[in-house]
Amino acid sequence: MTGSRFASGGLIDRKKPITFQYDGMRVQGFAGDTIASALMASGHQIVGRSFKYHRPRGINSAGPEESGALFTVGDNANRTPNVKGTIAEIHDGLIVRSQNAFPNVRYDVGAVNGLIAPFLTAGFYYKTFVGPFSGTRFWMMFEYFIRKAAGLGVASRDADPATYDIAHHHCDILVVGAGPSGLWTAVQLAEAGQSVMLVEQDFACGGQLLSRNNARDAAFIAEMQSRLTRAGGRIMVRTTAFGLYDGLVTGLVERVTDHLSAPHESLPREIFHIVRPQQIVLASGALERGLAFGNNDRPGVMLAHAVARYAGRFGVSAGQSCIMATSHDGTYDDALQLAEAGMQICVLDARPCHTDAQEAAKRVGLDILFETVPVQVAGGRGVAGLEVGMCDSDGVVHSDNRMIGADVVGMSGGYSPVVNLLSHRGVKPVWDADIQAFRTGPTTEAIQVVGSADGFYDNEACLASADVAVSHILRPRRRDAETDIFRGWQTPAMPLFEINIQGRSLKSFIDPQHDVTTADIRQAHSEGFVSVEHMKRYTTLGMATDQGRMGNILGLATMAEARNMPIAESGITTFRPPFTPVSIGVLAGRSSGADWWPTRRTPMHDTHLSAGAAMMDAGYWKRAWYYPQNGETMDDAYIREAAIVRQTVGMVDVSTLGKIAIQGPDATEFLNQIYINAFAKLPVGKARYGIMLRDDGHVMDDGTTWRLSDDEYFMTTTTAQAGPVMLFLEELLQTRMTNLEVHVSSVSDYWAGIAVAGPLARQVLTGALPALDWSNDAFPFMGVQSAELNLGGAVIPFRAARISFSGERAWEIYVPADFGNVVWAHLAEHVALAGGSPYGMEALGTLRIEKGHVTGAELDGRVTLEDAGFARMASKTKPYIGSVLRKRPGLMDEARPSLVGIFPKDRSKQFGTGAILCEPGAVSGFGKGWITAVTHSPAFGHWIGLGFVSGGYDAWHDKTVMIADPVRGVTIEGEIVSPHMFDPEGGRQNG
Amino acid sequence: MLRLDCPVCGLRDHDEFTYLEDGSITYPKLTNENQDDWFDAVYLRENPRGRHVEKWHHTFGCRTVLLVERDTLTHVIGKIKPAHPKIAAALKQPATAKKRS
Ligand SMILES: [Zn+2]
Repeated sequence: MTGSRFASGGLIDRKKPITFQYDGMRVQGFAGDTIASALMASGHQIVGRSFKYHRPRGINSAGPEESGALFTVGDNANRTPNVKGTIAEIHDGLIVRSQNAFPNVRYDVGAVNGLIAPFLTAGFYYKTFVGPFSGTRFWMMFEYFIRKAAGLGVASRDADPATYDIAHHHCDILVVGAGPSGLWTAVQLAEAGQSVMLVEQDFACGGQLLSRNNARDAAFIAEMQSRLTRAGGRIMVRTTAFGLYDGLVTGLVERVTDHLSAPHESLPREIFHIVRPQQIVLASGALERGLAFGNNDRPGVMLAHAVARYAGRFGVSAGQSCIMATSHDGTYDDALQLAEAGMQICVLDARPCHTDAQEAAKRVGLDILFETVPVQVAGGRGVAGLEVGMCDSDGVVHSDNRMIGADVVGMSGGYSPVVNLLSHRGVKPVWDADIQAFRTGPTTEAIQVVGSADGFYDNEACLASADVAVSHILRPRRRDAETDIFRGWQTPAMPLFEINIQGRSLKSFIDPQHDVTTADIRQAHSEGFVSVEHMKRYTTLGMATDQGRMGNILGLATMAEARNMPIAESGITTFRPPFTPVSIGVLAGRSSGADWWPTRRTPMHDTHLSAGAAMMDAGYWKRAWYYPQNGETMDDAYIREAAIVRQTVGMVDVSTLGKIAIQGPDATEFLNQIYINAFAKLPVGKARYGIMLRDDGHVMDDGTTWRLSDDEYFMTTTTAQAGPVMLFLEELLQTRMTNLEVHVSSVSDYWAGIAVAGPLARQVLTGALPALDWSNDAFPFMGVQSAELNLGGAVIPFRAARISFSGERAWEIYVPADFGNVVWAHLAEHVALAGGSPYGMEALGTLRIEKGHVTGAELDGRVTLEDAGFARMASKTKPYIGSVLRKRPGLMDEARPSLVGIFPKDRSKQFGTGAILCEPGAVSGFGKGWITAVTHSPAFGHWIGLGFVSGGYDAWHDKTVMIADPVRGVTIEGEIVSPHMFDPEGGRQNG
Repeated sequence: MLRLDCPVCGLRDHDEFTYLEDGSITYPKLTNENQDDWFDAVYLRENPRGRHVEKWHHTFGCRTVLLVERDTLTHVIGKIKPAHPKIAAALKQPATAKKRS
C-alpha cells in the first residue's frame, strides 16, 4: 500500500499546511488531519510493530478501535505512549515516534520473535510461571528478553509537567456521541427546554456522516449544531465518556491542549468532567469488525469503512486498487464512494447475489465477486495481492488458488454496537442474530440507547430511533407502542467470522495488537479455558490498549464454534471502565504535590517560622519540630530544648489536639459511659485524664476532659484521633445512646493551645496572666480556671488547666484561635525572661518518653488497657464502652506484650525505633517485643526507649534483652525498666 | 459514584459520607455483661445479596447518622432516614415547622 492525497476533497483545510516530525522525518499534513491520515497521505505504510511477534503493523481503522497505528507522542517529560494515531490531531511541531521496534518500524530486530512463534502461543506467560520450568531461571531468562523486546511504548520517568483539572456538572440530559442520532436527539430535547450536554470523542461532530463528505450531510451537521447551541445545549468535542457509574454519574475526559502547538499556559492538558445528569442517551455508535483470514494483519489490510472514511473525510487514498471483502450490504456504499473517488475497487461478497444493494451496485458497474471470500494476503511488508476462495451457503470455503492483485484490502464482518457504557452498569449485552452482533440488554435506569449503538444502521432508522427516545423522555407516561423501525440492513447479514480451509494453517489475527490468532483461541479451548472470561485472560485477547474492539467478536465466534454452541450462549466478556485509556494525572486533577491532601496550620504557624522552627508533618498538620539556634543540628536542638524544660521553663504549641465541647443535662452520664474511669464525681473546675476503648475492648484514645460547669465539658483528644473520636461520639449519641440529652461539637479550630511547662512555669504565668492566682493552693494539679488577659487594650478570654505531658509543673492555656499569635508572643517574652524557650515536637517526644506517657506510636489500635499499663484506672463498678469484650481471655493473657522502658546496657550505645526485642541467643523471627519510641534523654544522659515486650517489666526486669535491628544490621544488649523512667513519684508536676 | 439523598442536606455524592457499618445491628445494653452478645454485635455480619440497611455518617455535611437502604447487587439506594428516632420524627413534620416560622 502506498497512500496518497486525492487532488481535492475531504474535510481538511488545504490552505493550512501543518508540519510535524515522525521518527525524525518531516511529514506534512493539513489542518483537520489526524496523525494516521497525514502519515497515510504521505505514503507511510508500516507504522508500528506488534507486541509479541513484532510483525509490521499498518493503519487498520479510522477511530478508537485502532490497534496498529499507536505512537509515542511528545518529548521528554511530556511523552505519552500508545496514542492512537487515528484520533490524535496533528499540529505544528508535534513529535511522533513509532513503537515496539528497534531501531525503527521498518527494520526491527525483534521480528525474530516471529520465528520462534511456536513458543509464544496462548498462555505462554502463564506456562513459564508454573511447571515444568517453575523455580528455575528459565522464566527469568525469557522474561528478560521479552520485556526488553516488548512493552507497548515507553512512558517518561520524569514527573508529568502537565496540569489537569476536575469539573462538575449537572444537567437534564447527557447525550454521548454526536453522530446523526446523537445530534438529532440532543436538538429535540434542548428545543423542548431540557438542559442538554452533548459529548463527542472526535474533534468534529457528525459521526459516520463525516465519512461521506457530501453537502447535504454537512448542512445537516451544521444545522443541528447551531440549533442545539441556540437552544442552550452544550457541545463538547474531544471529550470521551469513559465510564458510567452508579446514580447515572458519568466520567468524561476532555482533551484540551494536546492538539495545540502553543497552548496558553493557563490551560490544563485535560479536564475530568464528572456529570450528574437526570437521564442519559447513548448514541455511541457502532464499530466495524474485521474478518479472520490468513495474514489479515499485513499493513494495507484495513476495515472496509475506514478506507472510505480516509477518502471522504481526509481526502486520502489508501492505495490504488482495493479489494473490499464483506458479508453484508453496508459495504456497498463504501465501495461505490471509493469507486467514484477514482480507486480501483473489487468487492468480494461472501453471499450469493440476492439483495437490492447488491443488484444496485452491479447495475452501476461495480466489480463484484459473489460467494467469494479472502483466504490469505500475499506480501510481507504490505499487500501484494489476495488469494480468494469460494464460499458455499454453509460457510465452507474451497480455495481455487485464485490470486487477485491489489494493494489495499478492506474487510468487514459487520458492525458491533458500542455496548460498553451500559456494560459498565452491569447490563449484559444480548446476541441479535438479525444484525449478527451483541446489542445492549434491558436496563431499569434512565438510559436510552439510540442509532447504531442499538443496531440501527440505516440513517432514517437512526433518526426514527432517536424520535422514540425523545418521546420516552418528554412524555414518560405515554408509552408508545413498540415501533417497527428495522435494525441492521434491509437484508440480514450473513454470519461470517473466520475463513478456514481444511488442511491449511492460516495465521488469522483477531487481536493484531496482542498478536492473538484464531489458533490461539482453539488452543485455549483444547486446554479447557472455554469460558469467554477465561479465554480472554489466557490468550490476552482484547487486553491491549484497543481492548480488542476489532476482533473480540471474532474470538468469541471462534470459541463458540469450537464449543459447538451459538455465540448467544457462549457469551461476551464484561466491559469495564475506562472505555479508552485515561491518564492517571487527570483523575488526580489538582490533587498532586503539595495539594495531594489538605494542609492544616496552627494559629501560631507563622510565628514558629519566624522563630526559625524546622517544621514537620503530623497527618495534615504542620507542626514545629525544633527551633535550631546558631546552626544546631536537630539532635543538639531537641536535647537543649528538653533540658531547658526540666531546668527552667518551656512552651509548646498544642493547638492540634482535638477539642470537643460536650454540653447538655446528661453530659456527665455520657462521659461516664464512654470513659473507662469514673467521671460522675468530677467537680466543676477540675480536669480528669480519661481513656476510651472501642467496642472490641482495645484502647481508642486518651486525653483530658475539663468540667466547666454542671452541664458543660471541654474534652481534648490526641491530634491523630480527633476526627475518629468526634465521629464515634456522634454515632453513639445518634444510635445507641439516644436517651441521653447531650450535644457534642468539634471546637478544635476555635482554640489555640499553648502548654507552659517547667519549674518556673508558675513564675512565668503569674507575670504573664496576672488575672489568676497560680499558686499550688489556688491552682492545684488538675485544676481548671477561666479568666481574661488584658493585652494592648484587647480583652482576651482564656481557659487553663494544670495538666502535664512533660512531667513538669505545667499548664495548658487555651485562647480563641485569632489571639493565638499575640498570646504566644506575650508568653514567649515572659518565658525568655525566665531563661526558657519554646520547644518543638522532638523535645516534647523526649519529655514524654522519659515519663512513659503514651502517644499514637504506642496506642496503635491493637493495645489493651493491660498492655499499656492502664488496667488499674478502669472502673470496676460501672459499665463503659468496651468493658465486656476487653475481658476476653486472649486479651487478658499475661504473656501479651506490655509497655516497658528500655535502657541500653552499655549507656553509650544508641538504638532505634522499630527494633525488635529478643531473648539472648534467640535473635530471630518476630522476637518477644518491639520498640515504639527512642530518644536521647538529657535527664539520664543516654538513649532510652519505650516499647512492648511479652510479659512486661515483671518478666524481664532482671534479664538481659537483645535490641535487634536487622534492617540496620545492629544488635545490642538492653535492660527492661519501668516505663515511668523519670520522676516516677510525680513530685515535679504536683509541686 | 453512589449518591445519597440526605434528609437534611439533599442529594449528595457518597464521598461526603462515611460508611459506618451494618445498620441492622442492635448493640447490647451497656449493662449487659454477656461476652457472646457483644461478640455477635461487634463481629458477626450477614453480608446479604440484595437489600441491606447501612449506617452512614454525613461527615462533610450535617453530620447526621443515617440509615440507608442499599441493594448490594444493584447499588440501588432505597429509603434514607436519620438513625436517631427523634431527629427522624422532627424531619417528618416539615409543614408544621414551616407554619410556625
Ligand atoms: Zn446531611
